[in-house]
Amino acid sequence: MRFRDEYRAPAAAQGYARAIAKAATRPWTLMEVCGGQTHTIVRYGIDQLLPVGIELVHGPGCPVCVTPVEYVDKAIEIASRPGATLCSFGDMLRVPGRGGDLLGAKSRGADVRIVYSPLDALAVARAEPAREVVFFAVGFETTAPANAMAAWQARRQGLANFSLLVSHVLVPPAMRAILDAPANRIEGFLAAGHVCTIMGTREYEPIAARYRVPIVVTGFEPLDILEGVYMCVRQLEDGRAAVENQYVRSVRRAGNLRAQALMGEVFRVIPRRWRGIGDIADSGLGLAEAYADLDAERRFGAVRTVGEAAGECISGLVLQGARKPPECPAFGTRCTPERPLGVTMVSSEGACAAYYRYRGAPRPAETESAGA
Amino acid sequence: MRVGRVDFGGVVKEINLAFVPEARIGDHVLVHVGFAITVIDEAEAARVFEHLREIGELAEDGAAP
Repeated sequence: MRFRDEYRAPAAAQGYARAIAKAATRPWTLMEVCGGQTHTIVRYGIDQLLPVGIELVHGPGCPVCVTPVEYVDKAIEIASRPGATLCSFGDMLRVPGRGGDLLGAKSRGADVRIVYSPLDALAVARAEPAREVVFFAVGFETTAPANAMAAWQARRQGLANFSLLVSHVLVPPAMRAILDAPANRIEGFLAAGHVCTIMGTREYEPIAARYRVPIVVTGFEPLDILEGVYMCVRQLEDGRAAVENQYVRSVRRAGNLRAQALMGEVFRVIPRRWRGIGDIADSGLGLAEAYADLDAERRFGAVRTVGEAAGECISGLVLQGARKPPECPAFGTRCTPERPLGVTMVSSEGACAAYYRYRGAPRPAETESAGA
Repeated sequence: MRVGRVDFGGVVKEINLAFVPEARIGDHVLVHVGFAITVIDEAEAARVFEHLREIGELAEDGAAP
């Protein structure tokens, strides 16, 4: 496929690996923000291709992983009501709530439907006017314009039986929270190319300036990641902290203005709790006042924030880049994609799922401290 | 609402073009949850290789590691 195969060329990847090794005179710790980038890194062994000392820390950019547990519970509650239908992207279905997941609710008779696009949920509402159809609107800035379009069209078409359960999150406040953490060790970012395709790169300039960190907007193919790492290392070695764009074929500095305009009409910025991370000011989107009647929380009751139960799962630390999946004692043994303890093992964009899928379960000798 | 047929390596899907009014037949677009969100800049698409050439690391192109 065009714009894919050529970005996986091994000789070019080796070329970038050599260039990074030549450019780096000391260790540097970088974070790739997006879960899609994490998967590319783990799948193609890019971390193993880099010189010793250049560490890639996996970031919080897994939308399913950071959706608060109480929203999962609310989605299950709505789906279980007679006359109500919950439409969701497929990767939310196995995310554990406190009382099971959406897939389990579906098997017990709840009307849960997997959709590819939010417009598919609108089509369900149009086709079945007697049912209350709720779309579970989660995701980062990449998904927000599409979900905003569903709300905008519902309003325009006068669909009275359609609403949205909104748990949208924004990337820049999460990057600030990571940099503000006392134990932070991130010295440069590979920013999320698809988020920036929508939002552009300007909102990252104050972060680069204030925290003195290079931010390189980066794509998702192996060569994109390697070029992003090279650009970031060059900045660090030169003592620069600028926003640069590796993913030029997709990202324009101003972003997609039409998408931003619709997001601005339908949503407003609100505080948001991130699963495993905690509350982050101004880090989410909720429906704007003019669209508040489409808010599923108005129709089915507000979501109440709860504390997270302490357990064995360290997905919060994984999402903040403080731990790597194989460092978890449960990884690959008591926690697998079939029997996940936490979200990062469930989602296709979760770091634990990436390590398990591409690197496999740890060998017993690595997990048993008392082993031979 | 403008809709286009997009070929994903053989699988053709109807995709919403509301966010890319500049898209023309034959363009490559980036698609997310049923919406095209950008038109791929073909001139820029080769830049990753030009950059590698500039920094002198594409010389061994084709040589197996």
